[in-house]
Amino acid sequence: MKKHRVVITGMGVVASNAIGVPSFLEALKQGKSGIQHWEELDKLNLRSQIGGAPSLDTVELTEYLPRLLAAKLTNKGIIYACLAGVEAWKDAGLTPSDEKTDFNSGLIVGSGDLSFDSWINREMPVYPIDRGESRKLGSRTISEGMNSGAAAYLNSILGLGSRIQSNSSACITGSEATLMGYEYLAAGRADRMLCGSTEGDGRYIWAGFDAMRVLCSDSNENPAFGSRPMSASSSGFVPSGGSGALVLETLESAQKRNAKIYAEILGGQVNSGGQREGGTMTAPNSDAVIACIKSAVSNTGINPEEIDLISGHLTSTKGDPIEIRNWSNALGLKGGSFPHVNTPKSMIGHAIAGAGSIELVACALQIKNDFVHTNLNLDQVHPEILEVIDEDRIPKKSKDQEVNTVMKANFGFGDLNCALVLRKFKE
Amino acid sequence: MNRDNVKEELMTIIKPFVPDGESIDLSDNQDLINDLKINSAHIVDIVLDIEDKFDINIEDDVIGEMNTVADAVDVVMKKTA
Repeated sequence: MKKHRVVITGMGVVASNAIGVPSFLEALKQGKSGIQHWEELDKLNLRSQIGGAPSLDTVELTEYLPRLLAAKLTNKGIIYACLAGVEAWKDAGLTPSDEKTDFNSGLIVGSGDLSFDSWINREMPVYPIDRGESRKLGSRTISEGMNSGAAAYLNSILGLGSRIQSNSSACITGSEATLMGYEYLAAGRADRMLCGSTEGDGRYIWAGFDAMRVLCSDSNENPAFGSRPMSASSSGFVPSGGSGALVLETLESAQKRNAKIYAEILGGQVNSGGQREGGTMTAPNSDAVIACIKSAVSNTGINPEEIDLISGHLTSTKGDPIEIRNWSNALGLKGGSFPHVNTPKSMIGHAIAGAGSIELVACALQIKNDFVHTNLNLDQVHPEILEVIDEDRIPKKSKDQEVNTVMKANFGFGDLNCALVLRKFKE
Repeated sequence: MNRDNVKEELMTIIKPFVPDGESIDLSDNQDLINDLKINSAHIVDIVLDIEDKFDINIEDDVIGEMNTVADAVDVVMKKTA
């Protein structure tokens, strides 16, 4: 069967340090932190009181959303997904029709926990239920709380008629959505798929992580220092909200309409460690991680030496050195031959289900603009990482350099792994 | 509150739900669903907003009678009398 080439023709992003692709590019280049201290989390006795929430203050919602949605949507995860999705669609040079369904395009937009998000923003609709006033829930409790809510609202704007899907796979949600979209297009099932993921933010999503003691609680006084992947002192992840969206398109379709191309997606792999052999709900089975990366390399036919940049999962936890060792073992590269490695998480925190898609936007921007972005807060790289790779493999300042091939991976709760390969587009 | 004041308040509540935009001129006899094209699922949201605004309760059988803008004004006038 003929495999179609798949390219990225549009992108949108809502992150804690920037909204919109041009601002995000600048923020990545400058190393801008979006992490803040939240008074409310302090009052509520959370150990970790820092996080990243995209600021919608400067956004004119009606430029992206129909008037009713702009006025009434309360679920931030859904709002972020609609903003990123509409930006990506327009960026690809596409205009939604108000009348006709576009049966050649579909979307896959996943989320982590939309129902927790709705509770925050509507002063907990659960209370009306328990007060015997469930009629006060109104008409949107289901549509804003259902796992497919982000995809459903976004598609109410775009009107797409091919596959409309919502995956939920913890931290790999965004990269998995993109891989699924790639596979669908490579098989010739549609012309284009908008792929992305989203996560809201705030106390109801974050408190559960805080209770697990996986969040950074040593930087409440110095929020921007909290997220420090690969550091000797990494002490837990810093949660954030946001959404990324990528318009994936077959090369034929993109060239037919003369679309701009950010990068080509060569493919990837998704697997699970089965929560066995060292893998648990929260910790990865390293053998499965290595197998996932190796398969992504062999599926896409690249040579590991061609990889210019690894965009890691690297959450700023004790797992970071293990992740670097897994990459090194999977690729057979170490020391000075290891590719550059970075993650936007030092700037934007860990956007949980939103992370993969936001970070893929960062990958495509680095390919398109030939630079590698910084990793903040890395005065001291973790010594176990330095046993595996040379320190200069980790950019501590954004720098311009040719970036042709990027490997991106995310690893998630449930022992889930997803790896993708992106490459600069050449005919 | 006189009828005009009530109608003005109701317009503020109803207009965001009207697909054709703020520019539409709402008249008394327009049917909320058939003329103004309000999604029937949103009628419950309009009712909740009206209840909050005027501090009243609108029972389910009364909601069924609120077909036009004028009907809605009548309900509010009666409940606040």
